[in-house]
Amino acid sequence: MKTSFSFKSWLAAIGIFVVVVALSINGCKPRNVATAVQGDAAGKVYVAPGKYDEFYNFVSGGFSGQMSVYGLPSGRMLKVMPVFSVNPESGYGYSEESKPMLNTSHGFVPWDDLHHPELSQTDGEVDGRWVFGNANNTPRIARIDLKTFRTAEIIEIPNSSGNHSSPFITENTEYVVAGTRFSYPIDDNGSNPDVSINTYKDNFKGTVSFVSVDKATGAMDIAFQILLPGVNFDLAHSGKGPSSGWFFFSCYNTEQAYTLLEVNASQKDKDFIMAVNWKKAEEYVKQGKGKKMSVRYASNRYDEGTHTATSTIKNQVLVLDPKELADMVYFIPCPKSPHGCDVDPTGQYIVGSGKLAATIPVFSFAKIQTAIQGKDFDGDFAGIPVIKYESALHGEVKKPGLGPLHTEFDGKGNAYTSFFVSSEIVKWNIDKLEVLDRVPTYYSIGHLCVPGGDSKKPFGKYVIAYNKITKDRYLPTGPELTQSAQLYDISGDKMQLLLDFPTIGEPHYAQACPAELLMKNSTKIYKIEENRNAYAAKGEGQSKVERKGKEVHVYMTSIRSHFSPDNIEGVKMGDDVYFHVTNLEQDWDVPHGFAIKGANNAELLIMPGETQTLKWTPDRIGVFPLYCTDFCSALHQEMQGYLRVSPAGSNVPLTFSMGKNSSKPE
Amino acid sequence: MKKIAIFLSLVIFLTSCGGGQVTPPPATIEKTSGGGSNATDAAAGNTVAAGKGIGQITSVELKTPLEQDRIGRGKSIYDMKCQACHKLTDERLVGPGWKDVTKRRKPEWIMNMVTNVDAMLEQDPEAQKLLELCLTRMPNQNISVGDARDVLEFMRQNDGEK
Repeated sequence: MKTSFSFKSWLAAIGIFVVVVALSINGCKPRNVATAVQGDAAGKVYVAPGKYDEFYNFVSGGFSGQMSVYGLPSGRMLKVMPVFSVNPESGYGYSEESKPMLNTSHGFVPWDDLHHPELSQTDGEVDGRWVFGNANNTPRIARIDLKTFRTAEIIEIPNSSGNHSSPFITENTEYVVAGTRFSYPIDDNGSNPDVSINTYKDNFKGTVSFVSVDKATGAMDIAFQILLPGVNFDLAHSGKGPSSGWFFFSCYNTEQAYTLLEVNASQKDKDFIMAVNWKKAEEYVKQGKGKKMSVRYASNRYDEGTHTATSTIKNQVLVLDPKELADMVYFIPCPKSPHGCDVDPTGQYIVGSGKLAATIPVFSFAKIQTAIQGKDFDGDFAGIPVIKYESALHGEVKKPGLGPLHTEFDGKGNAYTSFFVSSEIVKWNIDKLEVLDRVPTYYSIGHLCVPGGDSKKPFGKYVIAYNKITKDRYLPTGPELTQSAQLYDISGDKMQLLLDFPTIGEPHYAQACPAELLMKNSTKIYKIEENRNAYAAKGEGQSKVERKGKEVHVYMTSIRSHFSPDNIEGVKMGDDVYFHVTNLEQDWDVPHGFAIKGANNAELLIMPGETQTLKWTPDRIGVFPLYCTDFCSALHQEMQGYLRVSPAGSNVPLTFSMGKNSSKPE
Repeated sequence: MKKIAIFLSLVIFLTSCGGGQVTPPPATIEKTSGGGSNATDAAAGNTVAAGKGIGQITSVELKTPLEQDRIGRGKSIYDMKCQACHKLTDERLVGPGWKDVTKRRKPEWIMNMVTNVDAMLEQDPEAQKLLELCLTRMPNQNISVGDARDVLEFMRQNDGEK
């Protein structure tokens, strides 16, 4: 590398410095895009060492099945939260305590596909209590507690295939919804019968489920399902303010194709936005109008006191049929396979984004109501009234770009729509339907996110693009490249690209909220006094080893830097050994790990005050080392022990110890 | 040179905009490994000099005979949070044995060590000597002042007081 400087380069450097100083004196808002790109993009995303980011960004991990957390504006990754997939880093799905979280009516499902995070809201504003996520493959909804950043609950959705239109919430998180991507055969008994696929039109049904969320605990239960004709439901959003009590779902494949959907589901000029009057649905439920269906689904809850999940299989759901129950469901024509279905902060407008369309239709809630009252219908679809397009329409944004996908809002009357085909974000005015600005994305944006951008009170400031293709933006890493997001400043009239940052899995939908909303509530430790795990050793005096037939239970404690017990003998071939490890630490950021040689499942990572269990089945005789996998102190490398395995039928007594050197072999 | 210019411009923009980042609350500097404390005023110096350590405990009232209810509670806290590293004899395990600790240390020093361990290890010369000896930082076991007082009573009993 050259280190000499010419006089010219000094001059150039001084020149740059003077220009930059001159720009900075003008304040934060650059006068035009050119200076913005040249000037202060780096400064706007620079978070100095030891300083915190301003926003949390919750990003779907797509086919990884997890949800990731980033700081904004830096784009630094803070955490991957295991949700629908096992996670060796923390033992999630491997420890005995967490295995039930991934139980379903199909048994243990170790890997799913998470598409959409949704933050809980109170009165239409982000409240920072929970973030929900959907499993797209084996249909489920997860609730993550934002005190611990851990998955607290997972509920399976019966009568569903491909839970894509989920987990969007009502204004006060009364319900979280789940709409089916795949319709499939559902008969009167709630089962999936053995019928020919070409009987789609007759036998295949879709459903949307309204899952209630307990106000105090967050506990989820399926309140009711609405049985719908066989189409594909895609995305959804709740009404708010004037449209409170309504929910809107985009749907495509109204052609009811069951093969080569790429062509066959793109035939019609218009598919639908479905409007559901869920207050009306609640009335029908109260009147006993629902029909009980026999189904099987798992309800899995994690108890913070016992650090243990339990999985319960439930057997019944309540189903409402809109063909029999009027005034509950309506279809609104929407151009070309709509994806995004987004309600503006005032609750007056519903934006449909037809992914093959070249316009953005904006529907007016007031006009929809007038049309319903005046029965201004254009016939029906499978018995459900179809409102006339023009009667519901506020107006169209003309020639905004190609392939609109998803829209969020800044709370200042502007909307930001992602365009997959033309690879850009377009800012437009909701009232006037005028395009105000457009910026390219690199490349092929899917969803976008404005902090609080689907709530009544968006926090604004940034829009983040979640891109489908990365191509040349990062160092190549073989055939599979990193996934990527891009951060844009929207505080001025023009959008300004600030930063590219890599993400895990595939980033679909995302949400963001101010850091201070969550920081103050973040759990630092689990209080050892409050640990109710059945196998906890709350103090080294309680550490022990017990045999129950072929099971050996090790009640082990860990503290910087030793395990108790750390010498165990008397385990025999044919035994299953359960290590119940309690971390006695009571200080923030001092987890201990646990690993034993030859473990076929994983390791443990145990938070302060927590108990976690690893099952280990010896496959041979001998002495097996165990150790702490998470660096804990200067003597971390000394945090280790041994377990001896003897042949079946041997007479080695079960003994355990810590801190005493045995002087001679037995 | 360009790097220097960019760096300077960053500094200027940061000071002029101040946006996009949040200053962590003071609590973060009390992290286990980072250490540090804001108790550096003259008062702290005085308590250190008096052998009382650093923290919110400036005086402790000891009663005779011992308060039995405190001893019981103090023992259960010891069993849960202290026993892993401290024996009740004079034998050093991870930390020093507790035998005669109440004769070596003032009660205020003990309670400050239990409730304010990170500041003590950063600033109190006696606590620092122990760290040099044991080489494992005593962990913050999240013990309240009331609980620390109970532990102190249990220590007095362990030292033979009646």
